[in-house]
Amino acid sequence: MTSVSETAAAPGTRQIAGLSLTRWRAIGIVGFLAAACVLPFFLSNYHNLQLATVVIYAIALMGLNILTGFNGQISLGHGAFYAIGAYTTAILTTKFGVPYWATVPVAGVICLVVGFLIGLPALRLEGLYLALATFALALATPQLLKFKPLDPWTGGVQGVLLRRSASNPPWGLPLTRDQWLYFLCLAIAIPMFWAARNLIRGRTGRAIVAIRDHPVAAETMGVNIAIYKSAAFGVSALYTGVAGALGAVVVGFVAPESFPLFLSLSLLVGIVVGGLASISGAIFGAIFIEFVPNLSDELARSIPAIAQWLLGFTPSVAEQAATAAQWTIYGLVLIAFMYAMPTGVAGFIRLLWSRLARGFGEGG
Amino acid sequence: MISRRRLLQTSAVSAAALAARGVPAWGANAPGVTATEIKIGQTMPYSGNASAYGTIGKVELAYFKMINEQGGINGRKINLISLDDGYSPPKTVELVRRLVEQEEVAFLFQTLGTPSNSAIHQYCNDEKVPQLFVATGAAKWNDPKGHPWTMGWQPNYQTEAKIYAKYILANKPNAKISILYQNDDFGKDYLIGLKAGLGDKFERMVVKEASYESTDPTVDSQIVTLQGSGADTHVTAAIPKYAAQAIRKIYDIGWKPTHFLTNVAISVGSVLQPAGLEKSQGIISADYRKDTSDPRWKDDAGYKQWLAFMQKNLPDADLKDNNYPYGMMCAMTMAQVLKQCGDDLSRENVMKQAASLKNLEMPMLLPGITINTSATDFAPIKQMQLQRFDGKSWELFGDVIGG
Repeated sequence: MTSVSETAAAPGTRQIAGLSLTRWRAIGIVGFLAAACVLPFFLSNYHNLQLATVVIYAIALMGLNILTGFNGQISLGHGAFYAIGAYTTAILTTKFGVPYWATVPVAGVICLVVGFLIGLPALRLEGLYLALATFALALATPQLLKFKPLDPWTGGVQGVLLRRSASNPPWGLPLTRDQWLYFLCLAIAIPMFWAARNLIRGRTGRAIVAIRDHPVAAETMGVNIAIYKSAAFGVSALYTGVAGALGAVVVGFVAPESFPLFLSLSLLVGIVVGGLASISGAIFGAIFIEFVPNLSDELARSIPAIAQWLLGFTPSVAEQAATAAQWTIYGLVLIAFMYAMPTGVAGFIRLLWSRLARGFGEGG
Repeated sequence: MISRRRLLQTSAVSAAALAARGVPAWGANAPGVTATEIKIGQTMPYSGNASAYGTIGKVELAYFKMINEQGGINGRKINLISLDDGYSPPKTVELVRRLVEQEEVAFLFQTLGTPSNSAIHQYCNDEKVPQLFVATGAAKWNDPKGHPWTMGWQPNYQTEAKIYAKYILANKPNAKISILYQNDDFGKDYLIGLKAGLGDKFERMVVKEASYESTDPTVDSQIVTLQGSGADTHVTAAIPKYAAQAIRKIYDIGWKPTHFLTNVAISVGSVLQPAGLEKSQGIISADYRKDTSDPRWKDDAGYKQWLAFMQKNLPDADLKDNNYPYGMMCAMTMAQVLKQCGDDLSRENVMKQAASLKNLEMPMLLPGITINTSATDFAPIKQMQLQRFDGKSWELFGDVIGG
């Protein structure tokens, strides 16, 4: 969860400013958490909504990273699990009167089971074929949500509206709704990241990574590939499902249009930009997919003024260019990121730190 | 000079408002309103599946730009912030919160899409932010009691279906009706409208209903089933692709019902021509707009006004796209509301004036159709006129009918 990688080589041997990398990492984690707890009090409600969204995306990306980054199975369909999580919360709260916080673990468990079951047939599909199969899942999700027999629960195309007031801060806490939801998401995200870190560092994690790196060797070592791959799928879906459930609470509305193919693609973009097979990468990726489209939009908006000033465009042409430019700018930023940081933001920071440590090591 | 009586009334009202809300809302202008500017916001699908509707946002921006160049409304310029939500409801929520809380717009105007507006419906009403003239045909926006801060604009699908029902009851009281509808809110709104329009006769008159999914390859089998029911009157509530299939199949199997076709699928170019113009002869539909591709309006003053606006402000636009007159008229309605508001640009007054439109005429509405709202009626356009396809173009007939 810090800017320092969890796989930094030989802790203790390299030092920066007299402290070992492990110590620096601990400082980083504490600093990051402190900032995460204090920040909401200095921000507007709208920015707290954005922060909550970042935390939610981070949980989803952590899930996808377990599957794609650590286990090497490419999924283009994680938006489907996000949707299942969101609908679980929406249906349980509105049709069965379950309190929203209680639906989050239920959404996780349902996604775990569904993910595990989808993981079973996916075992026969490798690499790009699995990517295509999960792609189909993402395509089918909005359609399935409109499936007529399910209408009484899913609300069909109308979607389901969650009562906003139901998620007001409890116990008379002096928080706004957005601050409260942000802290709730954070309180769920922290143990989930901690669990993911322990999972990856332990025996299971080594098996999962071994399958990615060399399946034959892993099998020879006695790793049950079928079980581990399906389990990776299940755990990954659990994370994404929990994120979906929180997303439904924060947004307060779910509809088939909320979970387009683009969501699944954004998640994949997030883990690649953030850093594959990295825990902190999920956070960087989440920041990217939340803020870069918005920034691109604002940049695109300033184009007409610039274009008019520089090139003397007629305003109407410039305005049309601006609406098209948002995703062009997004694409350019994406290319720039991949070019400058081929191993993602997390990988870039890891590189930076090891250079720094080496520099200090040589100097001292 | 303000009379004493008036002063007393005003202060009594203010006191009541203060007591009721705990905030001095009355008379205080909405956020985003300065002496020279009114800032308003909207979300539009400039990207994504529904990006064809993005032209609506463009024409509205162009219209307010023109108004501003002419000096604005009551001395204030309109600053419309139009953001791209890609037709994704979670994105709409985020952007609307940004518009309301960061940009501090006075109100929302023409946010587009049924799911997108559903997602912000409750928020706008909780926060008392006017959600004006939403760009969707669903019926639920006309709910002044439950959602006093939300208002639609165009006639909704239920209204249109009710107009067909009225016509059937008047001209074919013994009709046996069959219905083909798309299995979503759009198609189902027609069922609801027919049910409301036919009343207790619905059960007796409607002999068969069939639905299709927007992913089905054809609706041929549904048409054959519907013919088998012995119906002599048929209603098609389908999007263009399936409407064309239905028209062709009905003709090919020799079924000759009185055929009512949803307003969504009346384009000659994209529906009737592919289906076959001779096969489309006699189809009945309803409209509230002047079709831009209909030569009859060539010399019409309203059409000319629209055309002049387009040629001056959006010279590259495709004039066959009926979203352009739509967007212009929505912007004109908005301008009228702001004109009526005068110097009281509180959110309450904006809503009040939006609900006080009387016989407002628009250049591209069919003659006789006007915009009317009241405190209990948040459906600005409720009238349409029936039209029959004569093999070449749509011929209006009968009077303007209210749903």
